[in-house]
Amino acid sequence: MDLFEILRAALSQALGPQAIVLALAAIGLNVHFGYTGLLNFGQAGFMSVAAYGLAVPIVIMDLPFVAGLVMALLMPVVLAVVLGFPTLRLRADYLAIATIATAEILRLVFGSVEMRDIFGGSNGLTGYARPFQDLNPYGSGIDLGIFALSRNDLWAATVGWILVALCSLLVWALMRSPWGRVLRSIREDEQAVRSLGKNVFAYKMQALVLGGVFGGLAGLFLALRQASVVPSDYGTNITFFAYTALLIGGAARVLGPVVGAIIFWFLLSGLGALFSQATSGANPLIPEVIMSNQQASLVRFILVGLALMLLMIFRPQGIFGDRREIAIDGR
Amino acid sequence: MARRLVALAVLLVFLLLPTAAQAVAEGRTTAAGTPVAAEPTDEPSPTESESAAPTVPDGPYLSVRLLDEGEPVPGVTISATDADGGELGSAETADNGIAIIEIPGSGTYTVELDEETLPDGIALDDETGNTREVRAPLNGPNIVVYNIGTQAADTAGFGFQLSAALVSGLKFGLITALAALGLSLIFGTTGLTNFSHGELITFGGLMTWVFNVSFGLPVIVAGLLAMVFAAGFGWVQERGLWRPLRKRGTGLIAMMIVSIGFALFLRYLFQYFFGPQTKSLSQYTTQQRQTYGPIAIADKEIVIILVGIVVIAVTCIALMKTRLGKAMRAVSDNPPLAASSGMRVDGVVAAAWILGTALSGLAGALLAVNSQVNFLMGFKLLLLVFAAVTLGGLGTIWGALLGSMVIGFMVEVGPLFGVPSSIKEVGALVVLILVLLIRPQGILGRRQRVG
Repeated sequence: MDLFEILRAALSQALGPQAIVLALAAIGLNVHFGYTGLLNFGQAGFMSVAAYGLAVPIVIMDLPFVAGLVMALLMPVVLAVVLGFPTLRLRADYLAIATIATAEILRLVFGSVEMRDIFGGSNGLTGYARPFQDLNPYGSGIDLGIFALSRNDLWAATVGWILVALCSLLVWALMRSPWGRVLRSIREDEQAVRSLGKNVFAYKMQALVLGGVFGGLAGLFLALRQASVVPSDYGTNITFFAYTALLIGGAARVLGPVVGAIIFWFLLSGLGALFSQATSGANPLIPEVIMSNQQASLVRFILVGLALMLLMIFRPQGIFGDRREIAIDGR
Repeated sequence: MARRLVALAVLLVFLLLPTAAQAVAEGRTTAAGTPVAAEPTDEPSPTESESAAPTVPDGPYLSVRLLDEGEPVPGVTISATDADGGELGSAETADNGIAIIEIPGSGTYTVELDEETLPDGIALDDETGNTREVRAPLNGPNIVVYNIGTQAADTAGFGFQLSAALVSGLKFGLITALAALGLSLIFGTTGLTNFSHGELITFGGLMTWVFNVSFGLPVIVAGLLAMVFAAGFGWVQERGLWRPLRKRGTGLIAMMIVSIGFALFLRYLFQYFFGPQTKSLSQYTTQQRQTYGPIAIADKEIVIILVGIVVIAVTCIALMKTRLGKAMRAVSDNPPLAASSGMRVDGVVAAAWILGTALSGLAGALLAVNSQVNFLMGFKLLLLVFAAVTLGGLGTIWGALLGSMVIGFMVEVGPLFGVPSSIKEVGALVVLILVLLIRPQGILGRRQRVG
């Protein structure tokens, strides 16, 4: 058992690109669920349209890199508008089903054999990230002993954390503006806001677009960092992990999703390393009969499920949140 | 008359180092970092003739084994390309179904199966492509097992294809209907949109497999036991989790998120104990369809359809006629009023959970008999069940039935009318969203505020 190794793995993931992806997705969900009370279960869909929005123009249509970036920012907006019109009038549980179905439709279509010429099928698309990698100013990676990032990851993490900071700043500024107050009031009592003459649908749509763009940034960042877009990366799990991160940190708090994502990945990869060590070697700490090395990689995900349940039951406001501010009692 | 058999091919791809080949030959499974299925494989024995067993090269190689219903498929051309698209060569599967392609070293390779060379009467299932990406690290044998469904190439006319699709649609619709009835019962009485419902279906399938394969019971007995255990599981869940939550006044949205956590928890727990592989029951795995006039149907499909119809009919009649059924409808209509009329609402809700999970468990058992068992089988069905229930009207029994049949036929018949069959589920999900747009309460739902 090497505690140093476990800590190193946990810290490197918690401050590395994986946590950034989750933080950006969770910031988007914070706008949807935390501030406006919209139960969007399709954040993976926003991520995937942005990722494919980046990759398809560059790889398939031979357009310049900038065109890909523009498309990646535009596609989540389009998706939010298209998705918002039919679904924003729905009750929370219907909205949840409609958004998760949309995300799954997108994933299936992106991975389909018939559209392999456009989306690359289950293998996805690669070969678009070169301009991003060429911008890398670092000569080598970083290794502080307890924390290490490769050269590419260090560059991605720099860009990513700046992005997270900018998004958080934007959310902070917007939510203390009159516009943000209207969103919060919609979460608390939609009818009251309507009776004040506000166009609730328009506000919800704006919130959906904003949060969707944050989700899109998460997908864009993931696509740039790993230099490939694969449909299986955009399953329902990523959405639910983002919800878990949001609920750990605390919904309706600017830094809630960021802290939540860091803690989520710290625990996820720390536990992964812990159980991997405990089951490997000639004489493992946990006998092979109880847990094999393959099973060890699953324990952390079992714990994620358990954590999401327990959080929601016992501390829905997470670390920083205010229980009265969580839109979980209505329907 | 062209037979339309749904067969299963297992394709094993693994990379072997000369030293590591020994380990696999001994049937030792080596854990790799990714969740791969490791199964001992019959190594090509050197005593067999040259055509039956390709020679094993000294360097690293990919070994692809093509099985159709457990029978090796010879004479199929397999080719491999590296990550940059460079051709590495191709090989033909030998009599034991194994093709061996040498590779330069570790990396990611794409294996492609040439569909032209498949034997007559077998074609790749549309759900899976003919290419697979294989990651081959050099640190040991890395065995990747994956399924490629194959089915007899259809040379039959449109009418015959239609009748075959209708049979599949009916069967799939009935299985969906069982699960949808369960979901609808629980939603009706508790208001919970249960995202862990897919795992309840999986539970039924896994228990069938456990009783059948681990305990050696006949499939029919195993299926019944699975249904009983699923009912028990539902009761335990209700008593241990959902009732306490209701008592402490947890909101419905909070409960919905709890159900997501529960679903993740169960799904990975299933994978923990069952493994990531797709496994078969011991009986009724391969049955060819027999023709009765214009309809071709396998015996097990007849049984699945009959069981589905009978169970659904009995459930519906019970809900309409018995006292408990009436109580359930009363509770789903207005819980406080039902309680103040002297009903034991908790008892009724518990009954709804038991009945609902039993039906879902049966759906899982039938799904296991129909195809195979996998820890994701229920999760894959979940959104279609949601679509069915929403289409018919959340919380209504007849709506769940009608919606399921529509979804079942849409998914299975759709490919005949131009829906790309690798994404045939997409049509059903699009319908789900359209229904929400046009008639959110569903076809048979009562008009109420859903916005």
